[in-house]
Amino acid sequence: MINRNPQLDENGVLQHLLTTEGLPAAILLHILDTAESFVGVTERDVKKIPLLRGKSIFNLFFEPSTRTRTTFEIAAKRLSADVINLNIAVSAQSKGETLLDTVNNLSAMNADMFVVRHSQSGAAHLIAKHVQSDIHVINAGDGSHAHPTQALLDMFTIRRYKHNFRNLRVAIIGDILHSRVARSQIHALTTLGVPEVRVIAPKTLLPKMVERLGVHVYHDMAKGLKGIDVLMMLRLQNERMKGANLPSAEEYFKYYGLTPEKLALARSDAIVMHPGPMNRGVEIDSAVADGRQSVILPQVTFGIAVRMAVMSILAGNQA
Amino acid sequence: MKLPDAELVFQNLAKEILSADNKLFALVGIHTGGVWLAERLHHEMAGALPLGTLDVSFYRDDFDKIGLHAQVERSKIPFEVEGAHILLVDDVLHTGRTIRAAINELFDYGRPASISLAALVDRGGRELPIAAQYTGVELAIPADKMLELQRDKSGRLNLVLYDKSSAE
Repeated sequence: MINRNPQLDENGVLQHLLTTEGLPAAILLHILDTAESFVGVTERDVKKIPLLRGKSIFNLFFEPSTRTRTTFEIAAKRLSADVINLNIAVSAQSKGETLLDTVNNLSAMNADMFVVRHSQSGAAHLIAKHVQSDIHVINAGDGSHAHPTQALLDMFTIRRYKHNFRNLRVAIIGDILHSRVARSQIHALTTLGVPEVRVIAPKTLLPKMVERLGVHVYHDMAKGLKGIDVLMMLRLQNERMKGANLPSAEEYFKYYGLTPEKLALARSDAIVMHPGPMNRGVEIDSAVADGRQSVILPQVTFGIAVRMAVMSILAGNQA
Repeated sequence: MKLPDAELVFQNLAKEILSADNKLFALVGIHTGGVWLAERLHHEMAGALPLGTLDVSFYRDDFDKIGLHAQVERSKIPFEVEGAHILLVDDVLHTGRTIRAAINELFDYGRPASISLAALVDRGGRELPIAAQYTGVELAIPADKMLELQRDKSGRLNLVLYDKSSAE
């Protein structure tokens, strides 16, 4: 039996965006290139185009999120789609409805696309397998598994500032263990041909056998940041910390918090990224977050264009 | 069928535009062939008129059928559309649907004083009430053929005809 990538149809055309893992570079680049034209749209006075007029996009957020939900909502509205936000954490599921029953009900309301955020890894895959073939699913973060649109907007930001992916040294720093963002970033970076991807974290915040993903492991910032072009900071996920992975936030900041002194170890033209929300004084110092090398706010702006690109490419790929 | 020399047709079109007793306008080329032509016109007028480009992919009416496959270029309108007299430039005028999309896109930048249209080739077959004010040549092309403007490495323009079924 051929185990097909569940995101692609039999012709290799993208039907859902669930993870960056296993997606060919051509598809990733098509999304980035399309996003580039959407940046143009978002800089106009009228920031709206009629592409998804008449389409209904449901934001299904089973886990709280402000920024991601808002950027998906803005992206959909700029494409002229109708957006329905469901904050399911406080709705039907708390009354006992199953995930797939919720999806069936919304499909019966003629949904064209679901944007799904869920605390369980694999939730978006489950929905994608379940829905009719004309409905598209975008994973907006599932457990500690994947967050593909975040990774894509990170790739877009890197390309904007570094122009291509060859010859780059990229470091992902912080809580890799709990991070769906880190996993999606690693797959995207390696697929796009970044020759050296490092992860820098204490042993307790690294998944077992993380080297298998093709990354170099460092436990020490001084060594790990040497020669680095791009620093991708991760949030210390307090809400996912079970047990004693860390002695304290202060201790973490001392060794892994990005201060101007530590940043000076990387290349002088290195850029600093962060997916947000930031814990200032825990994984990043304010002087860096607001500093000259920070591209954290441009990331947010590009995130809208990248999500517009994903939505419009999926909506145009009818099975 | 024998196609005319695109370079000669362009000279006709340029002459027609330059000799027209008309208001000053800004040039807007439609990707891809229309951009080449608009750049040439811009050059012939010694850069006197502002030049913009449009990729109408986000405004097409066949998105539901064909999706977003080809590379979409970024539209660039580096002048104030509000109150401007705009000359849209395209290579082949056929159904008029591309021009409809271009007009809609322009209106999202502002309310132009007027929009007129220059087409290198008018091949007939209109499906919308759209006409060109300036035309290089009129050709009767069968509906099952695609007429395309191509540009070679030296920058020379050529018209190419092929079967629709072999397109894409």
